[in-house]
Amino acid sequence: MKLKQLSVFLENKPGRLRELCALLAENQINIITLSLADTEQFGILRLIVKDYDKAKTLLESNGFVAKLTEVIAVELDDQPGGLSEILSIEEASGISVEYMYAFVIKSGEKAVLLFRFDDMDKAVAALQQANLPILDSVELYQRAEG
Amino acid sequence: MSKFVIENRIWDKEESLPRGELKALQSAKLRETVERVQNVPFYKEVFSRTGITPGKIQSLDDLQRLPFTTKADLRAEYPLRMLAVDRAEVARYHGSSGTTGKPTMVAYTQNDLKTWANLCARFLTGGGLLPQHTVQIAFGYGLFTGGFGLHYGVEHAGASVIPAAAGNTPKQIMLMMDMQVDALVCTPSYALNISEFIIQNDIPRNALNLKYAHFGGEPWTEDMRTRIEDEMGILCFNNYGLSEVIGPGVSGECAVRDGMHISEDAFIVECINPETLEPIAPGEEGELVFTSLCKEAMPIIRYRTRDIASLNPEPCACGRTTVRMSRITGRSDDMLIIKGVNVYPSQVEQALLRVKGTAPHYQIVVERPDRKDVATVKVEMTEESFSSSMKEMQELKDKIGRAIQGITGLRMNIELVSPNSLERFIGKAQRVVDHRKIV
Repeated sequence: MKLKQLSVFLENKPGRLRELCALLAENQINIITLSLADTEQFGILRLIVKDYDKAKTLLESNGFVAKLTEVIAVELDDQPGGLSEILSIEEASGISVEYMYAFVIKSGEKAVLLFRFDDMDKAVAALQQANLPILDSVELYQRAEG
Repeated sequence: MSKFVIENRIWDKEESLPRGELKALQSAKLRETVERVQNVPFYKEVFSRTGITPGKIQSLDDLQRLPFTTKADLRAEYPLRMLAVDRAEVARYHGSSGTTGKPTMVAYTQNDLKTWANLCARFLTGGGLLPQHTVQIAFGYGLFTGGFGLHYGVEHAGASVIPAAAGNTPKQIMLMMDMQVDALVCTPSYALNISEFIIQNDIPRNALNLKYAHFGGEPWTEDMRTRIEDEMGILCFNNYGLSEVIGPGVSGECAVRDGMHISEDAFIVECINPETLEPIAPGEEGELVFTSLCKEAMPIIRYRTRDIASLNPEPCACGRTTVRMSRITGRSDDMLIIKGVNVYPSQVEQALLRVKGTAPHYQIVVERPDRKDVATVKVEMTEESFSSSMKEMQELKDKIGRAIQGITGLRMNIELVSPNSLERFIGKAQRVVDHRKIV
């Protein structure tokens, strides 16, 4: 039920992000969604791509530090209250969100939320118990490709 | 400039002995020292390995037959195997930064402490100290020899001490004003901080009674002297010492302020080429080497200081006959002095080794943006140490920072950088980029 996210270390230097995106583009790797967390000095780029192994090797051979991290994708109707519900469920189980990001899928009716929790297994169990739709990788890529 | 004029005073007759007499005194004390170090297993072993017996060392001419002692030797003999007396006879211990996690410990007998206080009283007197003066010591009191060394020197000279210790600039200035302090003892970079605080807070010069300062603990420049003297309206004197030799009191400037007089009745100085180990001609720069002549607890033979300076044997206008050393202009190893603390890059390396997943590639950048030393350690990221969580990344930085502080005693900024972004070296790595202009 967990998905692979590609996390990349980005030193805050002009052109670094563009360089990374160009590499992925040249190699026909499509970014389904991403988030960037940054400080004054460095950033952490989190990418959802289909060919994560290929992307990781590619980035590493070009001098980036990249790592695969597990995240959970939850599909929701694109309407108010969805995120609040998930957070209530996790909070009740004593689980914290380390970070999250979202994207709206092409049909426009559904949103996919990507989460990294401090306790991933417990988080999955809590979401399943609440009957919330967790996407596996096949489903996620299908949604992304519309 | 300061209106304060110092009278030329000489504390001890040993400072102005005719050269011949001084050399005879040194030869006699060298023989005693060579005898004394027979109690130290390290020297006993080195002597027997190199075929030296005490009888073979008769005068200064035989000095070069003796082996050098290095920081590495002291580290190998940590903590106390260099002791030449029973521990029961030791009155005090001090220590200085080691090249790795452990400091180098030094020891003093009661007699050593008296000798040391006298050597400090000597250079302080040469630089203006009178018994009626009040001296504020803004050096750290602790393992570092600066605080205690100068403290007892001032007392021994009959003057009074305010042991303010390092830090808390507003309080330092309050004490200087309220107590009408005559002289300040600290590092020159700390004096710059004090001066800046005085200027920024519009404290009038006449609120202070400060006349002169004695600076040590780190290298500085004539430009810094001019700046501090102009800003504070005082006279500044340079002094030199290192714990392995005794601490402060090895040398200091007189009223002429053209080089620091080395107390040659207590130490033999040599200046060598750090590569060939051959002697360097007077006036040319080389590494200073000291042999102690009157230390009981930890006598030291031909200690390689790694400090680069030149020697001037010409007689001085002050009447002292002792040789003068120039300012320290560099190091023959990679030791840094940051905020007056000795730091070796290898200490930072050792700290990084303690943090799982950090790369062995690092660089230390030292700057002095606003009169304060700032050190930044750049550390390359690895897949192992990298995390997608910002919290964990901050924790990694904190962990590295704490490990470095644990070993060096200094807080340094940590900067995480891309892998392979730091320059790679063939052979000896250049780990340090020092942007400070101090020499």
